[in-house]
Amino acid sequence: MATEQPFFLIDDLHVEIEENEILRGVDLSVKRGEIHAIMGPNGSGKSTLAHTLMGHPSYEATAGQVLFNGEDILERDPNDRAKLGIFLAFQYPLAIPGVSTLNFLRTSLKAVKQEEISARQFRKHLLEKMDLLKISREFAGRYLNDGFSGGEKKRMEILQMAVLEPELAVLDEIDSGLDIDAIRAVGEGISSLMHPEMSIVIITHYPRILHYVRPDYVHIMVDGKIRQSGGFELAEELEAKGYDVLLKEVMQTSS
Amino acid sequence: MAVTEKDIQESKKVYKEKYGFADPDQAIYKAPKGLDPERVIEISQMKHEPEWMLNFRLKSLEIFNKKPVPTWGADLSKIPFEDLSYFVRTTEKQGTTWEDVPEYIKDTFDKLGIPEAERKFLAGVSAQYESEVVYHSIQKDLEAKGVIFLSTEEGLEQHPELFRQYFGTVIPSADNKFAAMNGAFWSGGSFVYVPPGVQVTIPLQAYFRINAEQMGQFERTLIIVDEGAYVHYVEGCTAPVYSTDSFHSGVIEIIVQKNARCRYTTIQNWSTNVYNLVTQRSAVYEGGVMEWVDANLGSNITMKYPSVYLMEPGAKGDILSIAYAGDGQVLDAGGKAVHVAPNTSSKIISKSISQHGGRTSFRGLLKIYKGAERSKSAMRCDALILDQESRSDTYPTIEIEEEQVNLGHEAVVSRIGEDQLFYLMSRGLSESEAAGMIVSGFIEPIVKELPMEYAVEMNRLIQLQMDKAVG
Repeated sequence: MATEQPFFLIDDLHVEIEENEILRGVDLSVKRGEIHAIMGPNGSGKSTLAHTLMGHPSYEATAGQVLFNGEDILERDPNDRAKLGIFLAFQYPLAIPGVSTLNFLRTSLKAVKQEEISARQFRKHLLEKMDLLKISREFAGRYLNDGFSGGEKKRMEILQMAVLEPELAVLDEIDSGLDIDAIRAVGEGISSLMHPEMSIVIITHYPRILHYVRPDYVHIMVDGKIRQSGGFELAEELEAKGYDVLLKEVMQTSS
Repeated sequence: MAVTEKDIQESKKVYKEKYGFADPDQAIYKAPKGLDPERVIEISQMKHEPEWMLNFRLKSLEIFNKKPVPTWGADLSKIPFEDLSYFVRTTEKQGTTWEDVPEYIKDTFDKLGIPEAERKFLAGVSAQYESEVVYHSIQKDLEAKGVIFLSTEEGLEQHPELFRQYFGTVIPSADNKFAAMNGAFWSGGSFVYVPPGVQVTIPLQAYFRINAEQMGQFERTLIIVDEGAYVHYVEGCTAPVYSTDSFHSGVIEIIVQKNARCRYTTIQNWSTNVYNLVTQRSAVYEGGVMEWVDANLGSNITMKYPSVYLMEPGAKGDILSIAYAGDGQVLDAGGKAVHVAPNTSSKIISKSISQHGGRTSFRGLLKIYKGAERSKSAMRCDALILDQESRSDTYPTIEIEEEQVNLGHEAVVSRIGEDQLFYLMSRGLSESEAAGMIVSGFIEPIVKELPMEYAVEMNRLIQLQMDKAVG
């Protein structure tokens, strides 16, 4: 069950990249245990929002605030945000050749939790999560994302989320470039990790994955602002009508 | 994100504390400065050498004087040839236990962790301080099998025929100006002989330390690996941080006989006031294997291209190198493979990192002579540049006289991207930890070739250099 207090709040957020305003006043309120989907056409600012929430240095917040457990995190470095319990699953995860997934994740977990974890203890933790997500154990020894297929990279993002156990997971187009089976695998993986103390903001273009990760709220973002919010039925409506028709309706009501 | 002058000073301070401390100059003999033939005669007399060696030295000095300073690589025009001491003796006798070594020198090697490493994982140790080997030991069972591991002077004295048969055959003094300089002033280094079929499974290590200011160190190493034998020789080097320049010019000759294998690993961590100009070359015979693993982290200027001459069918040579250049450093490194016989194969793989305005250059030479048909060679260099002030260049040369050969060449230059850093930082790593992880992954293919203890040391040294660099 969701608790009363929104522990994650985006308030009138404006963001620029190289002096172009991309986000023009985003508002979002997320309570513990909730899943929010942010949908929208290409170029609507969804990925900018994801990068900004994690603190990418190229994205400059010019107004508004982002509160996590009551604290404004906009001035924080990405690693500090990770330590607070925020996780971003990347649309395009990067490869780190020469660094095994196991070593990377152990370093990462130690940094996030700020405590020592023995190699043995970590290995056990990792293998449990791999088994849970039905990811072959062989990936533990492979260099992180190096030579992985698109689907494998996305599943590794979910594995990282499973290992790091964040309080808030922002999933940026976790379904893009995946075939139907891979979407199911990723989607089921995410929902198996969900628990009442955790919240998810899932950013997607297509409604399909939402059948596996069923959101409590759906928001439609257009031109850097959330224009309409609703329940799961909004995603279904979008699926039925398509962006063109729905957006015309949305823009008419909001203008 | 920018590196400040303070960061750079901080990182220098770390080297200074760990490796760059200096002992008071307590030399018992220090040759007057300069390149006079008198100096050469004096060195030879002090070492009680046979006449042929004195003549070799004098001839080498002539060659040195005739050859111009090379202008094709790093800037060598400021080497203070006339201001260097070419020979510094610190003790009359070489120790075989650490108790025999003068206490202040033993303390230095203690601080550098050599006796500890010796107890833990080495088959033999040679420690050179200034111009000469001050300590030296080998495990008894290897000695019983006929393995020779001595200072070069002792090799000449105790095994004169074997020594003379090979000395100067792989790298004649006429090869280059600095090989000639070494020929004239050589002092210290190791003489290694491994008899047929003997496998020396744990490494022999030589450690080179320059302590005096404005000193020239010229170690000379000769390694002979007889038929079917194996040895792994590791060298490490450090020096105090001075404002004046010192000079290190080694010559390393290796003979790998039929079906033998030799691995030679260098972890060069000179302070950044040392010129490091080293000639190292191996002649490899039928079915033999030579592997150079060359890591260059320190020095002001390094020019160093380990070479393999593949003399008989089936000979194989691998040259793996890592270079890290920081503030003010120029590391010009790579490798050279010369195929003389058919069915020979070589691999030259280089990884370089430049940061804080440092500069790395890769120079690779591949030469395949007429008659070396069905030879194979692969050359690959990867450069990682960590900031806008730093630089990396690639100079491959390929000369082929034979048609039936199989060649590959690849060069990749990359910069650490903001997105890569952001990705790792989003997983809780600080910016410097993220950069460190990317770099250690980058050099992993070469580091994994090192024995575990050195691999750990290598990663630690690089992190140390980078630590204050980012963030």
